[in-house]
Amino acid sequence: MKSKMPGTLPECEMEAPENSRRNFLKQSALITAVALTPAVATKAADMHVDEKIAEAFEKLPIKFEVNGVQQSLSVEPRATLLDILREQLDLTGTKKGCDYGQCGACTVHVDGHRVNSCLTLGVMVNGKKVTTIEGLAKGEELHPMQEAFLKHDGFQCGYCTPGQIMSAVACIREGHANSETEIREFMSGNICRCGAYPNIVNAIQEVKEGGHAV
Amino acid sequence: MKQFQYIRPATQQNVLDAITKPGTKIIAGGTNLVDLMKRGVTAPDKLVDINHLPLKSITPSKTGLLIGALALNSVVSENTLVLQKQPLLSMALKAGASPQLRNMATVGGNMMQRTRCSYFYDTTMPCNKREPGTGCGALEGYNRMHAIFGTSPQCIAVHPSDMCVGLAALDAVVVIAGKKGDRRIPFTEFHRLPGDHPETDNHLAPGELIVGVEIPDNNFSQHSYYLKVRDRQSYAFALVSVAAALDISGGVIRNARLAMGGVAHKPWRLFDAEKSLIGKPATEASFKHAAQIAMQGAKAYEYNAFKLKMAPGTITEALKHAAGLA
Repeated sequence: MKSKMPGTLPECEMEAPENSRRNFLKQSALITAVALTPAVATKAADMHVDEKIAEAFEKLPIKFEVNGVQQSLSVEPRATLLDILREQLDLTGTKKGCDYGQCGACTVHVDGHRVNSCLTLGVMVNGKKVTTIEGLAKGEELHPMQEAFLKHDGFQCGYCTPGQIMSAVACIREGHANSETEIREFMSGNICRCGAYPNIVNAIQEVKEGGHAV
Repeated sequence: MKQFQYIRPATQQNVLDAITKPGTKIIAGGTNLVDLMKRGVTAPDKLVDINHLPLKSITPSKTGLLIGALALNSVVSENTLVLQKQPLLSMALKAGASPQLRNMATVGGNMMQRTRCSYFYDTTMPCNKREPGTGCGALEGYNRMHAIFGTSPQCIAVHPSDMCVGLAALDAVVVIAGKKGDRRIPFTEFHRLPGDHPETDNHLAPGELIVGVEIPDNNFSQHSYYLKVRDRQSYAFALVSVAAALDISGGVIRNARLAMGGVAHKPWRLFDAEKSLIGKPATEASFKHAAQIAMQGAKAYEYNAFKLKMAPGTITEALKHAAGLA
Protein backbone atom coordinates (compact mmCIF):
# COMPACT_ATOMS: atom_id res chain seq x y z
CA MET A 1 0.00 0.00 0.00
CA LYS A 2 1.17 3.52 -0.71
CA SER A 3 2.08 5.65 2.25
CA LYS A 4 -0.71 8.02 3.09
CA MET A 5 -0.11 11.73 2.71
CA PRO A 6 -1.33 13.87 5.59
CA GLY A 7 -4.88 14.99 5.01
CA THR A 8 -5.70 12.34 2.43
CA LEU A 9 -8.20 9.58 2.88
CA PRO A 10 -7.03 6.03 2.26
CA GLU A 11 -8.40 5.95 -1.25
CA CYS A 12 -5.32 4.05 -2.43
CA GLU A 13 -6.88 1.03 -0.72
CA MET A 14 -9.44 1.01 -3.49
CA GLU A 15 -6.87 -0.37 -5.92
CA ALA A 16 -7.34 -4.00 -6.90
CA PRO A 17 -5.04 -6.49 -5.19
CA GLU A 18 -2.56 -8.54 -7.17
CA ASN A 19 -4.76 -11.59 -7.59
CA SER A 20 -7.72 -9.65 -8.87
CA ARG A 21 -10.40 -10.94 -11.17
CA ARG A 22 -8.95 -8.58 -13.77
CA ASN A 23 -5.65 -10.48 -13.72
CA PHE A 24 -7.49 -13.76 -13.68
CA LEU A 25 -9.50 -12.70 -16.71
CA LYS A 26 -6.40 -11.53 -18.51
CA GLN A 27 -4.67 -14.84 -17.79
CA SER A 28 -7.67 -17.00 -18.57
CA ALA A 29 -8.38 -15.12 -21.78
CA LEU A 30 -4.80 -15.80 -22.78
CA ILE A 31 -4.99 -19.47 -21.79
CA THR A 32 -8.16 -19.89 -23.82
CA ALA A 33 -6.56 -18.18 -26.77
CA VAL A 34 -3.45 -20.36 -26.50
CA ALA A 35 -5.58 -23.50 -26.40
CA LEU A 36 -7.45 -22.49 -29.52
CA THR A 37 -4.79 -21.02 -31.77
CA PRO A 38 -1.35 -21.30 -30.22
CA ALA A 39 0.67 -19.56 -32.90
CA VAL A 40 -1.57 -16.54 -33.25
CA ALA A 41 -2.06 -16.21 -29.51
CA THR A 42 1.65 -16.24 -28.80
CA LYS A 43 2.05 -13.40 -31.19
CA ALA A 44 -0.99 -11.70 -29.66
CA ALA A 45 0.54 -11.99 -26.21
CA ASP A 46 3.66 -10.25 -27.44
CA MET A 47 1.49 -7.41 -28.61
CA HIS A 48 -0.44 -7.32 -25.27
CA VAL A 49 -3.63 -8.17 -27.11
CA ASP A 50 -4.69 -10.31 -24.13
CA GLU A 51 -5.00 -7.19 -22.03
CA LYS A 52 -7.15 -5.58 -24.66
CA ILE A 53 -9.38 -8.64 -24.81
CA ALA A 54 -9.80 -8.60 -21.04
CA GLU A 55 -10.58 -4.88 -21.06
CA ALA A 56 -13.14 -5.33 -23.80
CA PHE A 57 -14.89 -7.89 -21.61
CA GLU A 58 -14.81 -5.71 -18.55
CA LYS A 59 -15.45 -2.17 -19.73
CA LEU A 60 -18.54 -0.55 -21.13
CA PRO A 61 -18.80 2.72 -23.04
CA ILE A 62 -20.90 5.45 -21.43
CA LYS A 63 -21.82 8.96 -22.51
CA PHE A 64 -23.07 11.50 -20.05
CA GLU A 65 -22.93 15.21 -19.37
CA VAL A 66 -20.95 16.53 -16.43
CA ASN A 67 -21.31 20.22 -15.55
CA GLY A 68 -22.41 20.97 -19.10
CA VAL A 69 -19.58 19.07 -20.78
CA GLN A 70 -20.31 15.88 -22.73
CA GLN A 71 -18.13 12.97 -21.62
CA SER A 72 -17.53 9.67 -23.41
CA LEU A 73 -15.83 7.15 -21.17
CA SER A 74 -15.09 3.48 -20.92
CA VAL A 75 -15.95 2.21 -17.43
CA GLU A 76 -16.09 -1.03 -15.50
CA PRO A 77 -19.68 -1.86 -14.50
CA ARG A 78 -18.60 -1.86 -10.85
CA ALA A 79 -17.16 1.67 -11.00
CA THR A 80 -19.30 4.10 -9.04
CA LEU A 81 -20.14 7.56 -10.32
CA LEU A 82 -18.12 8.92 -7.39
CA ASP A 83 -14.96 7.07 -8.44
CA ILE A 84 -15.45 7.96 -12.10
CA LEU A 85 -15.81 11.66 -11.25
CA ARG A 86 -12.76 11.68 -9.03
CA GLU A 87 -10.45 9.21 -10.75
CA GLN A 88 -11.31 9.46 -14.44
CA LEU A 89 -12.50 13.07 -14.72
CA ASP A 90 -10.31 14.59 -11.97
CA LEU A 91 -13.36 16.26 -10.44
CA THR A 92 -12.18 15.80 -6.87
CA GLY A 93 -14.58 18.33 -5.37
CA THR A 94 -17.05 15.52 -4.74
CA LYS A 95 -15.80 13.77 -1.62
CA LYS A 96 -15.61 10.15 -0.58
CA GLY A 97 -16.64 10.00 3.07
CA CYS A 98 -18.09 6.65 4.07
CA ASP A 99 -18.50 5.20 0.55
CA TYR A 100 -21.65 3.36 1.78
CA GLY A 101 -24.42 5.94 1.50
CA GLN A 102 -24.32 6.91 5.15
CA CYS A 103 -22.73 10.37 5.15
CA GLY A 104 -23.76 12.37 2.05
CA ALA A 105 -20.27 13.78 1.31
CA CYS A 106 -20.58 12.37 -2.24
CA THR A 107 -23.89 14.11 -3.03
CA VAL A 108 -24.27 15.23 -6.65
CA HIS A 109 -27.24 16.05 -8.85
CA VAL A 110 -28.29 13.57 -11.55
CA ASP A 111 -30.86 15.05 -13.93
CA GLY A 112 -31.44 17.74 -11.29
CA HIS A 113 -32.04 15.37 -8.36
CA ARG A 114 -29.60 14.90 -5.49
CA VAL A 115 -28.24 11.39 -5.09
CA ASN A 116 -25.38 9.59 -3.34
CA SER A 117 -22.76 9.13 -6.08
CA CYS A 118 -21.02 6.41 -4.03
CA LEU A 119 -24.02 4.10 -4.51
CA THR A 120 -24.63 5.05 -8.15
CA LEU A 121 -23.03 2.80 -10.75
CA GLY A 122 -21.45 4.78 -13.57
CA VAL A 123 -23.12 2.61 -16.20
CA MET A 124 -26.47 3.72 -14.83
CA VAL A 125 -25.93 7.44 -15.52
CA ASN A 126 -25.47 6.79 -19.25
CA GLY A 127 -27.33 9.55 -21.11
CA LYS A 128 -27.92 11.64 -17.98
CA LYS A 129 -26.80 15.06 -16.80
CA VAL A 130 -24.62 15.24 -13.71
CA THR A 131 -23.83 18.40 -11.74
CA THR A 132 -21.04 18.41 -9.17
CA ILE A 133 -19.83 21.13 -6.82
CA GLU A 134 -17.49 22.29 -9.62
CA GLY A 135 -20.54 23.01 -11.78
CA LEU A 136 -22.28 25.47 -9.43
CA ALA A 137 -20.16 28.60 -9.82
CA LYS A 138 -20.36 30.70 -12.99
CA GLY A 139 -16.71 31.33 -13.75
CA GLU A 140 -15.33 33.39 -10.86
CA GLU A 141 -18.80 34.12 -9.51
CA LEU A 142 -19.72 31.77 -6.71
CA HIS A 143 -23.18 30.26 -6.42
CA PRO A 144 -25.31 32.06 -3.78
CA MET A 145 -25.18 28.92 -1.60
CA GLN A 146 -21.38 28.89 -1.73
CA GLU A 147 -21.35 32.58 -0.75
CA ALA A 148 -23.77 31.89 2.11
CA PHE A 149 -21.68 28.99 3.45
CA LEU A 150 -18.64 31.30 3.51
CA LYS A 151 -20.55 34.14 5.17
CA HIS A 152 -22.12 31.90 7.85
CA ASP A 153 -19.10 29.65 8.49
CA GLY A 154 -21.11 26.66 7.34
CA PHE A 155 -18.11 24.38 7.85
CA GLN A 156 -15.03 23.77 9.90
CA CYS A 157 -12.81 21.15 8.26
CA GLY A 158 -14.73 21.48 5.00
CA TYR A 159 -14.74 17.82 4.00
CA CYS A 160 -18.53 17.43 4.00
CA THR A 161 -19.06 20.88 2.47
CA PRO A 162 -19.36 20.01 -1.24
CA GLY A 163 -22.03 17.43 -0.37
CA GLN A 164 -23.73 19.84 2.04
CA ILE A 165 -23.89 22.56 -0.61
CA MET A 166 -25.20 20.24 -3.34
CA SER A 167 -27.82 18.98 -0.90
CA ALA A 168 -28.67 22.51 0.28
CA VAL A 169 -29.28 23.71 -3.29
CA ALA A 170 -31.54 20.69 -3.92
CA CYS A 171 -33.31 21.25 -0.59
CA ILE A 172 -34.41 24.73 -1.71
CA ARG A 173 -35.27 23.62 -5.27
CA GLU A 174 -37.43 20.79 -3.90
CA GLY A 175 -39.33 23.25 -1.72
CA HIS A 176 -38.11 21.71 1.54
CA ALA A 177 -36.50 24.78 3.09
CA ASN A 178 -39.57 26.48 4.57
CA SER A 179 -38.57 26.31 8.22
CA GLU A 180 -35.60 25.40 10.38
CA THR A 181 -37.26 22.09 11.27
CA GLU A 182 -37.91 21.23 7.65
CA ILE A 183 -34.36 22.17 6.63
CA ARG A 184 -32.89 20.01 9.40
CA GLU A 185 -35.06 17.04 8.35
CA PHE A 186 -34.30 17.41 4.64
CA MET A 187 -30.57 17.97 5.23
CA SER A 188 -30.31 14.88 7.47
CA GLY A 189 -28.62 12.89 4.70
CA ASN A 190 -25.49 15.02 5.09
CA ILE A 191 -23.44 14.36 8.19
CA CYS A 192 -21.02 17.01 9.52
CA ARG A 193 -18.60 15.66 12.11
CA CYS A 194 -17.47 19.17 13.02
CA GLY A 195 -21.06 19.97 13.94
CA ALA A 196 -21.52 23.06 11.77
CA TYR A 197 -25.24 22.35 11.54
CA PRO A 198 -26.60 25.63 13.01
CA ASN A 199 -24.48 27.66 10.56
CA ILE A 200 -25.45 25.42 7.64
CA VAL A 201 -29.13 25.97 8.49
CA ASN A 202 -28.49 29.74 8.68
CA ALA A 203 -26.81 29.72 5.28
CA ILE A 204 -29.71 27.84 3.69
CA GLN A 205 -32.29 30.11 5.31
CA GLU A 206 -30.51 33.20 4.05
CA VAL A 207 -30.41 31.91 0.47
CA LYS A 208 -34.05 30.83 0.67
CA GLU A 209 -35.23 34.13 2.15
CA GLY A 210 -32.98 36.15 -0.15
CA GLY A 211 -35.00 34.81 -3.05
CA HIS A 212 -31.83 34.07 -5.03
CA ALA A 213 -32.25 31.89 -8.06
CA VAL A 214 -30.69 28.56 -7.10
CA MET B 1 -16.30 -5.18 -5.41
CA LYS B 2 -16.20 -8.36 -7.46
CA GLN B 3 -16.53 -7.70 -11.18
CA PHE B 4 -19.86 -8.60 -12.78
CA GLN B 5 -21.60 -8.49 -16.10
CA TYR B 6 -24.08 -5.65 -16.55
CA ILE B 7 -27.02 -5.91 -18.91
CA ARG B 8 -30.05 -3.77 -19.67
CA PRO B 9 -32.68 -5.89 -21.43
CA ALA B 10 -35.08 -3.96 -23.63
CA THR B 11 -38.41 -5.29 -22.37
CA GLN B 12 -40.02 -6.82 -19.29
CA GLN B 13 -40.13 -10.16 -21.09
CA ASN B 14 -36.40 -9.94 -21.75
CA VAL B 15 -35.84 -9.14 -18.09
CA LEU B 16 -37.82 -12.23 -17.09
CA ASP B 17 -35.71 -14.30 -19.47
CA ALA B 18 -32.48 -12.85 -18.06
CA ILE B 19 -33.18 -13.30 -14.35
CA THR B 20 -33.76 -17.06 -14.43
CA LYS B 21 -30.05 -17.88 -14.19
CA PRO B 22 -28.53 -18.35 -10.70
CA GLY B 23 -26.08 -15.62 -9.70
CA THR B 24 -28.19 -12.98 -11.45
CA LYS B 25 -29.63 -10.04 -9.55
CA ILE B 26 -31.93 -7.22 -10.52
CA ILE B 27 -30.72 -3.68 -9.90
CA ALA B 28 -33.10 -0.73 -9.60
CA GLY B 29 -32.03 2.13 -7.28
CA GLY B 30 -29.07 0.10 -6.06
CA THR B 31 -29.00 1.82 -2.66
CA ASN B 32 -28.87 -1.48 -0.79
CA LEU B 33 -27.46 -3.84 -3.43
CA VAL B 34 -24.39 -1.73 -4.30
CA ASP B 35 -23.72 -1.30 -0.58
CA LEU B 36 -23.88 -5.09 -0.04
CA MET B 37 -21.71 -5.75 -3.10
CA LYS B 38 -19.05 -3.31 -1.88
CA ARG B 39 -18.89 -5.14 1.43
CA GLY B 40 -18.75 -8.58 -0.17
CA VAL B 41 -22.01 -9.66 1.48
CA THR B 42 -23.33 -10.50 -1.96
CA ALA B 43 -21.43 -10.96 -5.21
CA PRO B 44 -23.68 -11.50 -8.24
CA ASP B 45 -22.19 -12.61 -11.56
CA LYS B 46 -24.67 -10.55 -13.49
CA LEU B 47 -26.73 -7.43 -12.81
CA VAL B 48 -29.92 -6.85 -14.75
CA ASP B 49 -30.74 -3.13 -14.84
CA ILE B 50 -34.52 -2.66 -15.01
CA ASN B 51 -34.67 1.13 -14.58
CA HIS B 52 -35.94 1.81 -18.09
CA LEU B 53 -39.01 -0.46 -17.78
CA PRO B 54 -42.31 1.47 -17.76
CA LEU B 55 -43.09 0.74 -14.10
CA LYS B 56 -42.88 4.22 -12.59
CA SER B 57 -46.48 5.40 -12.70
CA ILE B 58 -48.86 6.04 -9.81
CA THR B 59 -52.43 5.58 -11.05
CA PRO B 60 -55.88 5.12 -9.55
CA SER B 61 -57.36 1.67 -10.24
CA LYS B 62 -60.99 0.59 -9.86
CA THR B 63 -60.48 -0.36 -6.24
CA GLY B 64 -57.49 1.61 -5.13
CA LEU B 65 -54.13 3.04 -6.06
CA LEU B 66 -51.59 1.23 -8.21
CA ILE B 67 -47.96 2.18 -7.65
CA GLY B 68 -45.33 0.95 -10.10
CA ALA B 69 -42.36 -0.98 -8.72
CA LEU B 70 -39.92 1.59 -10.12
CA ALA B 71 -41.66 4.64 -8.67
CA LEU B 72 -39.06 6.46 -6.58
CA ASN B 73 -39.58 6.65 -2.83
CA SER B 74 -39.29 10.46 -2.98
CA VAL B 75 -41.83 10.71 -5.81
CA VAL B 76 -44.36 8.43 -4.07
CA SER B 77 -43.99 10.33 -0.79
CA GLU B 78 -44.98 13.62 -2.46
CA ASN B 79 -47.51 12.32 -4.99
CA THR B 80 -50.86 14.13 -4.76
CA LEU B 81 -52.94 10.94 -4.98
CA VAL B 82 -50.85 9.25 -2.30
CA LEU B 83 -51.14 12.28 -0.01
CA GLN B 84 -54.92 12.37 -0.52
CA LYS B 85 -55.74 8.68 -0.37
CA GLN B 86 -52.87 7.13 1.62
CA PRO B 87 -51.10 9.76 3.72
CA LEU B 88 -49.79 7.01 5.99
CA LEU B 89 -47.63 5.70 3.16
CA SER B 90 -46.19 9.17 2.56
CA MET B 91 -45.37 9.54 6.26
CA ALA B 92 -43.69 6.13 6.37
CA LEU B 93 -41.61 6.88 3.28
CA LYS B 94 -40.47 10.24 4.60
CA ALA B 95 -39.37 8.56 7.84
CA GLY B 96 -36.99 6.33 5.91
CA ALA B 97 -33.39 6.91 4.80
CA SER B 98 -32.35 10.38 3.54
CA PRO B 99 -33.62 12.66 0.74
CA GLN B 100 -30.72 11.53 -1.48
CA LEU B 101 -31.44 7.84 -0.92
CA ARG B 102 -35.18 8.34 -1.42
CA ASN B 103 -34.35 9.95 -4.78
CA MET B 104 -32.69 6.68 -5.81
CA ALA B 105 -34.66 3.97 -3.99
CA THR B 106 -37.68 2.40 -5.69
CA VAL B 107 -40.81 0.81 -4.24
CA GLY B 108 -39.84 -2.68 -5.44
CA GLY B 109 -36.27 -2.27 -4.26
CA ASN B 110 -37.40 -1.05 -0.86
CA MET B 111 -39.39 -4.30 -0.47
CA MET B 112 -36.34 -6.35 -1.45
CA GLN B 113 -33.83 -4.67 0.87
CA ARG B 114 -31.94 -6.93 3.24
CA THR B 115 -31.67 -6.64 7.00
CA ARG B 116 -29.21 -4.15 8.51
CA CYS B 117 -28.19 -6.66 11.21
CA SER B 118 -24.50 -5.90 11.82
CA TYR B 119 -23.68 -9.63 11.89
CA PHE B 120 -25.20 -10.00 8.43
CA TYR B 121 -23.06 -7.12 7.16
CA ASP B 122 -19.81 -8.25 8.81
CA THR B 123 -18.46 -11.06 6.62
CA THR B 124 -16.07 -12.20 9.37
CA MET B 125 -19.00 -13.06 11.67
CA PRO B 126 -21.32 -16.06 11.59
CA CYS B 127 -24.71 -15.39 10.00
CA ASN B 128 -27.29 -17.93 8.85
CA LYS B 129 -28.88 -15.35 6.58
CA ARG B 130 -25.67 -14.54 4.72
CA GLU B 131 -24.14 -18.02 4.94
CA PRO B 132 -26.64 -20.71 5.98
CA GLY B 133 -25.34 -23.10 8.62
CA THR B 134 -22.72 -20.77 10.13
CA GLY B 135 -24.85 -19.79 13.12
CA CYS B 136 -26.31 -16.52 14.37
CA GLY B 137 -23.89 -13.97 15.74
CA ALA B 138 -26.66 -11.79 17.11
CA LEU B 139 -28.34 -14.45 19.26
CA GLU B 140 -25.65 -14.23 21.96
CA GLY B 141 -24.13 -11.01 20.65
CA TYR B 142 -24.96 -7.31 20.72
CA ASN B 143 -28.61 -7.64 19.79
CA ARG B 144 -29.91 -4.18 20.67
CA MET B 145 -31.47 -3.57 17.23
CA HIS B 146 -32.99 -7.03 16.95
CA ALA B 147 -36.40 -8.68 16.86
CA ILE B 148 -38.81 -9.39 19.70
CA PHE B 149 -41.46 -11.18 17.61
CA GLY B 150 -41.35 -14.21 15.30
CA THR B 151 -37.68 -15.04 15.83
CA SER B 152 -36.09 -18.46 15.39
CA PRO B 153 -32.92 -19.95 16.88
CA GLN B 154 -31.44 -19.40 13.41
CA CYS B 155 -32.04 -15.65 13.08
CA ILE B 156 -33.27 -12.68 15.11
CA ALA B 157 -32.77 -9.99 12.46
CA VAL B 158 -35.39 -7.33 11.67
CA HIS B 159 -36.66 -6.04 8.36
CA PRO B 160 -35.42 -2.45 8.04
CA SER B 161 -38.10 -0.82 5.87
CA ASP B 162 -40.51 1.92 6.95
CA MET B 163 -42.43 1.92 3.67
CA CYS B 164 -43.21 -1.78 4.09
CA VAL B 165 -44.69 -1.20 7.55
CA GLY B 166 -47.06 1.34 6.04
CA LEU B 167 -48.00 -0.95 3.14
CA ALA B 168 -48.57 -3.90 5.49
CA ALA B 169 -50.95 -1.79 7.58
CA LEU B 170 -52.81 -0.57 4.49
CA ASP B 171 -53.65 -4.07 3.16
CA ALA B 172 -51.55 -3.51 0.05
CA VAL B 173 -51.23 -6.28 -2.53
CA VAL B 174 -47.96 -7.09 -4.33
CA VAL B 175 -48.28 -7.50 -8.09
CA ILE B 176 -45.71 -9.95 -9.46
CA ALA B 177 -44.78 -10.96 -12.99
CA GLY B 178 -43.15 -14.28 -13.89
CA LYS B 179 -42.57 -16.50 -16.86
CA LYS B 180 -45.34 -18.79 -15.61
CA GLY B 181 -47.74 -15.84 -15.41
CA ASP B 182 -48.61 -12.98 -13.11
CA ARG B 183 -49.77 -13.35 -9.53
CA ARG B 184 -50.81 -11.17 -6.61
CA ILE B 185 -50.02 -11.73 -2.96
CA PRO B 186 -51.14 -9.79 0.11
CA PHE B 187 -48.35 -7.55 1.36
CA THR B 188 -48.48 -9.17 4.81
CA GLU B 189 -47.67 -12.51 3.16
CA PHE B 190 -44.85 -11.21 0.96
CA HIS B 191 -42.10 -11.18 3.59
CA ARG B 192 -41.52 -14.26 5.72
CA LEU B 193 -40.31 -15.16 9.19
CA PRO B 194 -36.81 -16.66 9.47
CA GLY B 195 -37.72 -20.19 10.63
CA ASP B 196 -35.10 -22.63 9.41
CA HIS B 197 -34.37 -20.59 6.28
CA PRO B 198 -33.36 -17.07 7.28
CA GLU B 199 -31.50 -16.75 3.97
CA THR B 200 -34.90 -16.33 2.32
CA ASP B 201 -36.43 -12.94 3.11
CA ASN B 202 -39.67 -13.24 1.17
CA HIS B 203 -41.88 -15.36 -1.07
CA LEU B 204 -40.78 -13.88 -4.39
CA ALA B 205 -39.79 -16.96 -6.40
CA PRO B 206 -36.58 -17.08 -8.41
CA GLY B 207 -37.24 -15.61 -11.84
CA GLU B 208 -40.11 -13.41 -10.65
CA LEU B 209 -40.26 -9.61 -10.87
CA ILE B 210 -42.22 -7.20 -8.65
CA VAL B 211 -44.12 -4.91 -11.01
CA GLY B 212 -46.07 -2.88 -8.46
CA VAL B 213 -48.19 -2.65 -5.35
CA GLU B 214 -51.88 -1.89 -5.16
CA ILE B 215 -53.42 -0.23 -2.11
CA PRO B 216 -57.18 -0.63 -1.75
CA ASP B 217 -59.20 2.51 -1.03
CA ASN B 218 -60.10 2.94 2.65
CA ASN B 219 -61.52 5.38 5.16
CA PHE B 220 -58.28 5.94 7.07
CA SER B 221 -56.95 9.06 5.41
CA GLN B 222 -58.23 11.42 8.14
CA HIS B 223 -56.79 9.40 10.99
CA SER B 224 -53.46 7.84 10.25
CA TYR B 225 -49.95 8.31 11.61
CA TYR B 226 -46.48 6.85 11.30
CA LEU B 227 -44.36 7.11 14.41
CA LYS B 228 -40.72 6.08 14.30
CA VAL B 229 -38.49 5.92 17.37
CA ARG B 230 -34.77 5.90 16.66
CA ASP B 231 -31.37 6.84 18.05
CA ARG B 232 -31.33 10.20 16.28
CA GLN B 233 -34.18 12.28 14.97
CA SER B 234 -33.64 11.52 11.30
CA TYR B 235 -31.68 9.22 8.99
CA ALA B 236 -31.52 6.20 11.29
CA PHE B 237 -33.16 2.79 11.32
CA ALA B 238 -36.09 2.23 13.63
CA LEU B 239 -35.73 0.89 17.13
CA VAL B 240 -39.52 0.60 16.96
CA SER B 241 -41.94 2.14 14.49
CA VAL B 242 -45.72 1.99 14.28
CA ALA B 243 -48.12 2.59 11.41
CA ALA B 244 -51.56 3.39 12.80
CA ALA B 245 -54.74 3.95 10.79
CA LEU B 246 -58.20 4.52 12.24
CA ASP B 247 -61.69 4.98 10.88
CA ILE B 248 -63.45 7.02 13.56
CA SER B 249 -67.07 8.09 13.51
CA GLY B 250 -68.76 9.92 16.40
CA GLY B 251 -65.81 9.20 18.64
CA VAL B 252 -66.12 5.45 18.05
CA ILE B 253 -63.54 3.37 16.19
CA ARG B 254 -65.19 1.68 13.17
CA ASN B 255 -62.07 0.10 11.79
CA ALA B 256 -58.37 -0.02 12.59
CA ARG B 257 -55.04 -1.03 11.08
CA LEU B 258 -51.78 -1.38 12.96
CA ALA B 259 -48.32 -2.58 11.96
CA MET B 260 -44.91 -2.37 13.62
CA GLY B 261 -41.38 -2.05 12.29
CA GLY B 262 -38.05 -2.80 13.95
CA VAL B 263 -39.49 -5.73 15.87
CA ALA B 264 -39.56 -8.69 13.47
CA HIS B 265 -38.11 -10.29 10.35
CA LYS B 266 -41.08 -8.84 8.46
CA PRO B 267 -43.41 -5.88 8.87
CA TRP B 268 -45.35 -6.98 11.93
CA ARG B 269 -49.10 -6.58 11.52
CA LEU B 270 -51.07 -6.40 14.79
CA PHE B 271 -54.35 -8.13 13.83
CA ASP B 272 -55.53 -8.91 17.39
CA ALA B 273 -54.84 -5.38 18.61
CA GLU B 274 -56.80 -4.00 15.64
CA LYS B 275 -59.81 -6.20 16.48
CA SER B 276 -59.73 -5.03 20.09
CA LEU B 277 -60.18 -1.43 18.94
CA ILE B 278 -63.28 -1.91 16.80
CA GLY B 279 -66.39 -0.49 18.46
CA LYS B 280 -64.35 1.12 21.25
CA PRO B 281 -64.15 4.84 21.99
CA ALA B 282 -61.11 6.57 20.49
CA THR B 283 -59.45 7.16 23.85
CA GLU B 284 -56.03 6.60 25.37
CA ALA B 285 -57.45 3.78 27.49
CA SER B 286 -58.58 1.87 24.37
CA PHE B 287 -55.19 2.45 22.78
CA LYS B 288 -53.26 1.24 25.84
CA HIS B 289 -55.38 -1.89 25.94
CA ALA B 290 -54.68 -2.55 22.26
CA ALA B 291 -50.96 -2.04 22.86
CA GLN B 292 -51.05 -4.60 25.67
CA ILE B 293 -52.67 -7.13 23.35
CA ALA B 294 -50.12 -6.36 20.65
CA MET B 295 -47.25 -7.34 22.95
CA GLN B 296 -48.50 -10.87 23.64
CA GLY B 297 -45.80 -13.36 22.67
CA ALA B 298 -42.99 -10.80 22.62
CA LYS B 299 -39.58 -12.15 23.61
CA ALA B 300 -36.52 -10.02 24.28
CA TYR B 301 -32.81 -10.85 24.12
CA GLU B 302 -29.94 -9.55 26.24
CA TYR B 303 -29.72 -6.02 24.84
CA ASN B 304 -33.16 -5.32 23.41
CA ALA B 305 -35.42 -5.77 26.44
CA PHE B 306 -36.08 -2.00 26.26
CA LYS B 307 -38.24 -2.71 23.21
CA LEU B 308 -40.76 -4.54 25.43
CA LYS B 309 -41.57 -1.15 26.98
CA MET B 310 -40.86 1.02 23.97
CA ALA B 311 -43.13 -0.90 21.60
CA PRO B 312 -46.42 -0.58 23.53
CA GLY B 313 -45.61 3.05 24.30
CA THR B 314 -45.05 3.72 20.61
CA ILE B 315 -48.30 1.97 19.65
CA THR B 316 -50.26 4.10 22.12
CA GLU B 317 -48.60 7.33 20.97
CA ALA B 318 -49.10 6.52 17.28
CA LEU B 319 -52.79 5.81 17.89
CA LYS B 320 -53.17 9.06 19.85
CA HIS B 321 -51.62 10.99 16.96
CA ALA B 322 -53.86 9.18 14.47
CA ALA B 323 -56.94 9.99 16.52
CA GLY B 324 -55.90 13.62 16.94
CA LEU B 325 -55.38 13.27 20.70
CA ALA B 326 -51.65 14.09 20.69
